Amino acid sequence: MAKILMKGNEAIAEAAIRSGCRLYFAYPITPQSELIEYMARMMPKVNGTFLQAESEVSAINMVYGAAGCGKRVMTSSSSPGISLKAEGISYIAGAQLPCVIINVQRGGPGLGDIQPAQGDYFQATKGGGHGDYRLIVLAPSSVQEFADMASEAFDLADKYRTPVMILADGMLGQMMEPVEFKPTLTDEEIEKLGEQHTSWCIHPNQDGDLKHHHEINSLEIDPLVLEQHVINLYKKYAEIEKNEQRHEEYNISDDNEILCVAWGTASRVVKSAINELKAQGKSIGMIRPINVWPYPYEAVAKAIGPKVKKVYVFELNTGQMLDDVKIAVEGKVPVKFWGKVGGVVFTPAEIKEKLEECFKE
Amino acid sequence: MTMEMICAGFGGQGVLTIGRFLAQAGMKEGKNVSWLPSYGPEMRGGTANVSTVVSDEAIASPIVSFPDVLVALNQPSIDKFAPSIRPGGILIYNTNMCPHGCKRDDIQVVSAPMVDIALEIGSQMVMNMLAIGIIIGKTGIIKHETMVDDLKDYMKGRSPELLEMNLNAIQRGVEIGRG
Repeated sequence: MAKILMKGNEAIAEAAIRSGCRLYFAYPITPQSELIEYMARMMPKVNGTFLQAESEVSAINMVYGAAGCGKRVMTSSSSPGISLKAEGISYIAGAQLPCVIINVQRGGPGLGDIQPAQGDYFQATKGGGHGDYRLIVLAPSSVQEFADMASEAFDLADKYRTPVMILADGMLGQMMEPVEFKPTLTDEEIEKLGEQHTSWCIHPNQDGDLKHHHEINSLEIDPLVLEQHVINLYKKYAEIEKNEQRHEEYNISDDNEILCVAWGTASRVVKSAINELKAQGKSIGMIRPINVWPYPYEAVAKAIGPKVKKVYVFELNTGQMLDDVKIAVEGKVPVKFWGKVGGVVFTPAEIKEKLEECFKE
Repeated sequence: MTMEMICAGFGGQGVLTIGRFLAQAGMKEGKNVSWLPSYGPEMRGGTANVSTVVSDEAIASPIVSFPDVLVALNQPSIDKFAPSIRPGGILIYNTNMCPHGCKRDDIQVVSAPMVDIALEIGSQMVMNMLAIGIIIGKTGIIKHETMVDDLKDYMKGRSPELLEMNLNAIQRGVEIGRG
């Protein structure tokens, strides 16, 4: 298939539809509005349901209901809207339902601004809502990867019966890059995907036999029952941690003197700075976590080569993934951090300057 | 070869479209491209700019710090971005709306009364196509034919006079760019 020049927001919407998403509930917010607009245009054409809810809280609870029916369902928002959805996401995690949530991050806290930021890392990777739960969190760094993650997110959600978040930002949403889509699922294939959920989901009971009804619930009033439920959830999360760590290595070698760690949009800028310094004969590598939960701790630890003097973390926040890097590094080498906040994105020149200073230290 | 470009002007002058068409044409020639607009609570008459990268290599950062090419359709755009053009880089500007021009002598400059020329061709609306022509003529980053084919494709089903006006604007631009 030929490549198409598309905004990230449109590419993820198109990719979700091609991956079998036929139910989408959301409330508009910048900088992800092209996503909801695309869904409004395209869902009717594939006999899907697009519904603009009266609020984010309403939208996530529609997702809860649809996910309980075992259908591929998605919602999207940007930072403040995701906070509003947090209660519903916790319910969905508690009830062990598959769904996909897109967060096109903007500057915060509060209403903040509408420019790209990475301030929701803690919220996304540590749960976000109340209670002991985790989200699988995928962090794209290009429009192509953003689109590819649609089917990956739905597959992971189905496999583990858990909500999956794609954590993008305003730059990835607004930027255009060439995209090549994976093959579109046929209606039969989508129908077949739903069959994997018939053992637990709500679906029409043709013989009317009430003994076979399924219950979707996140309320367990008996502490001993809830205890076991949470233990079971954590067994699942341990399995996810074992199977689903994913990262990209950039210019990693035994000659590296600095190891950078960056994710999403920030990693693109760091790559440019590394390229320029490499041309000057300096050796710097970078680890980019692709899934930020589960976090690739071992990959980060392993990338600290024999000559690495410092690990340098760059983020568009005040240091959130930094904590996970410190866990991975275990104090073996000093960990430095530099970030920009408020929707201000650092430039390759700024990162290059920081790295040059680091070489001189 | 990599070309990092910033196009800037008033909202409504079509600067985002300049970047978009170049990126699209670059993609059709098999190059890597990225298009990153400024966005915000902006409106017609406010300022707009777009960073476009066209490259034979994989594109790391889509954010352009030091452009190889700056297209400035008004004076504030020169004031803001011209100081960061790479030495030896190119400034293309619209003399009708840039009364003070640019003082740098270490860059190549192509200037033209773009509003006047666009009006002469038929409409101020084709000023951005004129600018695209100048970029193609000056840099050769994409082929003139690719742009023409892409525009014909884009304008399919719309009135033929408009297509002709736009193609004329690109042609004039290419001539100006080649100098």
